[in-house]
Amino acid sequence: MYGKGIIKGLGVTFKRFWNTYWDDFVWLMRRFTGGEKRYYTPVGIAHRSSKDGRGVFTVQYPEEKLPSPEEFRYVPFLVYDESADGKKEIRCTSCGICAKVCPPQCIWIVRSNDPQTGRPVPEPTEFYIDADICMNCGFCAEYCPFDAIIMDHDYEIASYQRNVFNMEKLLKPASYYKSIRPLNYKINEDERKAKEAAKAAKAEAAS
Amino acid sequence: MATLVHTETLDLAARFPGSVTADSRPGYSGWIVNKDKLIEVATTLRDEFGFDLLSSVTGVDYFPDKMEVVYEAFKTIGGPSIRFKVQVPRVDPIEIPSVVSIWPGADFQEREIWDLYGIKFANHPDLRRILMWEGFEGHPMRKDWHEPFYEEDNKPLKSRWPDGKFVSAEDKNIYKDNLQFPQNFDPEKVKLDGEASLYDSVQKYTTIDAGIKTDHVLINMGPQHPSTHGVFRAAVVLDGETIISLKPVMGYLHRNHEKIGERNTFLQNMPYTDRLDYFNSMSNNWGYSLAVEKLMNIKVPERAEYLRVIMAELSRIQNHLILIGMLLNDLGAFFTPALYAFEERELILDIFEAASGARMMCNYHRFGGVSRDLPEGVLEKISGLVEERLPRRVDEFDRFLTENEVLLARTRGIKVINGEDAVKYSITGPVLRAAGVPYDIRRAQPYGIYDRFEFDVALRHNGDLYDNYLIRLDEIRQSLRILQQAIKQIPDGPINSQKPQYQVRVPAGEAYGRIEAPKGELGYYIVSTGKPNPWRYHVRAPSFINITALEKMCVGTKIADFVAILGVIDIVLGELDR
Repeated sequence: MYGKGIIKGLGVTFKRFWNTYWDDFVWLMRRFTGGEKRYYTPVGIAHRSSKDGRGVFTVQYPEEKLPSPEEFRYVPFLVYDESADGKKEIRCTSCGICAKVCPPQCIWIVRSNDPQTGRPVPEPTEFYIDADICMNCGFCAEYCPFDAIIMDHDYEIASYQRNVFNMEKLLKPASYYKSIRPLNYKINEDERKAKEAAKAAKAEAAS
Repeated sequence: MATLVHTETLDLAARFPGSVTADSRPGYSGWIVNKDKLIEVATTLRDEFGFDLLSSVTGVDYFPDKMEVVYEAFKTIGGPSIRFKVQVPRVDPIEIPSVVSIWPGADFQEREIWDLYGIKFANHPDLRRILMWEGFEGHPMRKDWHEPFYEEDNKPLKSRWPDGKFVSAEDKNIYKDNLQFPQNFDPEKVKLDGEASLYDSVQKYTTIDAGIKTDHVLINMGPQHPSTHGVFRAAVVLDGETIISLKPVMGYLHRNHEKIGERNTFLQNMPYTDRLDYFNSMSNNWGYSLAVEKLMNIKVPERAEYLRVIMAELSRIQNHLILIGMLLNDLGAFFTPALYAFEERELILDIFEAASGARMMCNYHRFGGVSRDLPEGVLEKISGLVEERLPRRVDEFDRFLTENEVLLARTRGIKVINGEDAVKYSITGPVLRAAGVPYDIRRAQPYGIYDRFEFDVALRHNGDLYDNYLIRLDEIRQSLRILQQAIKQIPDGPINSQKPQYQVRVPAGEAYGRIEAPKGELGYYIVSTGKPNPWRYHVRAPSFINITALEKMCVGTKIADFVAILGVIDIVLGELDR
């Protein structure tokens, strides 16, 4: 029969159409038994973007946001630890690996020099990232030996100016790092502790 | 009749004494052919030894003494390539014979070499610039050509560390943009040729039909046209609605990817390959890491091999889904199939994001493995998709579209290309297989661990638009088969055989790594001199080379079918223009 294929195809669209409202209805009914809302809740979003999701698939950005997975990477930031007296201890030693590995060469570092001896001090005086050129590849964070530069999760950085981030803008506390990447943070901390323990053991053995 | 000779034992030097010598530079392989004998050698290779598919032609600038053109030819029955080269002194004018008469697929590639290297090809039918515009000064891929914001030959740039005061590149140029003018350029006196050479190259004629003189119409499809999927333009000559002649115009998105690649260190190229075919960054990464791993001669651990297969096949599925959706868009089914396809694609991109950190610009591969292991729960997600959801959804697509009368009317019987011509024009990928040539690199010359999986090379025989649509569905199903096996077999273990290094040491030599990307054969030709940066980094982009036969495919069809033909060739401008 001519037109059978079209009718069959329309059946698919109708099924999708039906699913949309049926799913809404099912979730609405569930609310009477203490279920979550289908929209504007993390559970609802997770369901819609899972393998079982049917019906409305879109996420109403910016009211709803997709959760970022831990590995998600956006323009990097610099990590500082807060010492007991509240001072910022910048982890960066200005070794320059991030500037060297950066594919679009958007990292600019001024290394500190000791004013008396003129020898380099492990600490940056200035640090710039041209976020407009940054391609979010994550190499800087991947190859940093001190976990001092980490890829961020904050992707809403549109602005009317050119986004050249200086130290002030780039520095974020280690607690923030922990909040966005708990697993990676834990791995880093464990490694660090192991290293320190090894060092202490070595020192003890030497004395 | 072609005789069966194994490529490894083929001795061209004995066959052509005096005019062919083996390439004996350390790390190199293949044959150096005297340029006067090139046509003869090429004809013999095609007719006598059966190398019917010329895959890649590229130039290399061995500054300051010589220029080289490297040819890579394959047999469609499978097996390794034969690589042969022509060397010429680096003194202008440089000229070598064109092989377009033997392998028409060399057409655009030779034009590209002329454009970027300034090597002329004698007897080329239409030797114009292809990526740069007519009137451009110089040949940008030459080692002594410098771009406007030139700082240094190689990255990392010294201005970034240890005294890296930020300077914006635009501030260095008085025009505040990326322009460079030839010396003695006077904008007042410049005369534009109105693209005369382009319009001269299309055939235009006047017919006298029943005493009425009829001129043919020349129209420009694009560069801004919804059906070209980007900034792609075709100058089309029409007789009524029938296409008589057609010339593609490209390069609107040209950024000289290969020049950037030669500036970068080996590792720095990895994220740049994402930007080629931005739908399939996972496959692009693989091709590049394959070539460099060949040079470095390193192994990839088991788990990483499986991860690579999983990611590449997922990427193929979403690419084909988008192709079907967008093809239907071009045919007039406004966005319903496209959005159905996007839904599944989003779920696949979720997996990419969880594994690599980005949805599209994945940057997932490293030399010797991959960058990150799968986080917890992702393998279950993949398995949920490939075992349950995607097979169902592919069947749904099948129900939705395959028998649709409108689709059938628009696609069935509209010839794209036949198998013989497809091979001649170096077409690879689904378009070739839809024309009845069972050539799939995963089978013809398996890379990675593809020899372990059970799958069929999807094949259709008519080579029309409808077959080109169907083969995408077939390939999705085969990819799902591979994925179902891979997630069952994937072992635990390390994901990289190398220590993380930000600067890898790559021994001197050359390598050509190729994979079956969703759009065709994606190859990378890399020359290393042992320094941190590649000397030559060439991308054999399937979109670019499949478009060579566009005129052949379109002549004689209706202008409305041009849109659909362009749709099934599956071009991506990031890769086409590079």
